[in-house]
Amino acid sequence: MIRNIAILLVFQLGGETLARGAALSVPGPVIGLGALFLTLLAVPALADRMRDTANGLLAHLSLLFVPAGVGVSTHLATFADAGPALVAALVGSTVLAILAGVGAFLLTARLTGSRGDE
Amino acid sequence: MNDPFQLWSYLAREPLLWLTVTLAAYVIADRISESLEGYAIANPVLIAILIIAGVLGLSGTPYETYFEGAQFVHFMLGPATVALAVPLHANLGRVKKVLIPMAVALFAGSLTAILSALGIAYAMGVRGETLLSLAPKSATAPVALGVSEAIGGEPTLTAVLVILTGITGAIVATPLLNALRITDWRARGFAVGLAAHGIGTAHAFRVNSTAGAFSGIGMGLNAILTAILAPLVVAFLF
Repeated sequence: MIRNIAILLVFQLGGETLARGAALSVPGPVIGLGALFLTLLAVPALADRMRDTANGLLAHLSLLFVPAGVGVSTHLATFADAGPALVAALVGSTVLAILAGVGAFLLTARLTGSRGDE
Repeated sequence: MNDPFQLWSYLAREPLLWLTVTLAAYVIADRISESLEGYAIANPVLIAILIIAGVLGLSGTPYETYFEGAQFVHFMLGPATVALAVPLHANLGRVKKVLIPMAVALFAGSLTAILSALGIAYAMGVRGETLLSLAPKSATAPVALGVSEAIGGEPTLTAVLVILTGITGAIVATPLLNALRITDWRARGFAVGLAAHGIGTAHAFRVNSTAGAFSGIGMGLNAILTAILAPLVVAFLF
């Protein structure tokens, strides 16, 4: 498990270095995700060894957003003037984005004949 | 016997106390969320935030002090994001079959998120910095903050909007998609991830592992596309 966490950190560190060094707008961990994915394609055995650690970490992904989320309470004053409009924009656009994503996915899957999952 | 006030001021300064509060609040929130499974509003992130905000308010603790302890949990977001590569790899066979639907859904969803957020807020009278802060809110936090700064938004407001978007997505996704009788976990997960980033993905993993894997892909790809699209949309509109 320690080795797996070390692997994750190495890829994150590499991603951060590339993101900062090349001033990319993509965050370091997302670059690390891509790099680890490419590595898993090259070394499939690594995926089996990392599966339990990755699943364990991702099973509690919700927890990891809590500290940043608590910060919302310090910015509630910002909502005083534009509150209802911002809430309407957030809820409306989140619902519309989910619908657009699902609709486009299913429609294109049907058109390209890749419908159905097994 | 130590003075209880001295004891409190010692504990309140140490990371241990707020790390413990964060984990304990999450365990309680998770329990509540599970016992209220039929109610989408009982999202564990939302409940944990409310519990901790209550504790901070009652004890008069500033957020900065809290975060010194909670940062250990916050830090794990980075490795967890990298770890999304593992379920993505495990689902590779299924991902390959729907590359075109994913690309089209990504473009449609990302553009809809940006345009509809700007459109609804504009129609309701929001202008200036506050309006621009909304544009990148469906992207994962580090991307959204960078984009907000680049297009003239207010990054700290964007941070709040990003978290609230994630919670909104996690709350509305399951009832919305069930009501529409959409059973394709790939489409469901992908759409939630692109619209509601990591918090949506956390929810998707709780519902279905395929949905979780596709949600992680949607989140990662929309982080990249929002970084490209949001500045273009803003430059075109304003």
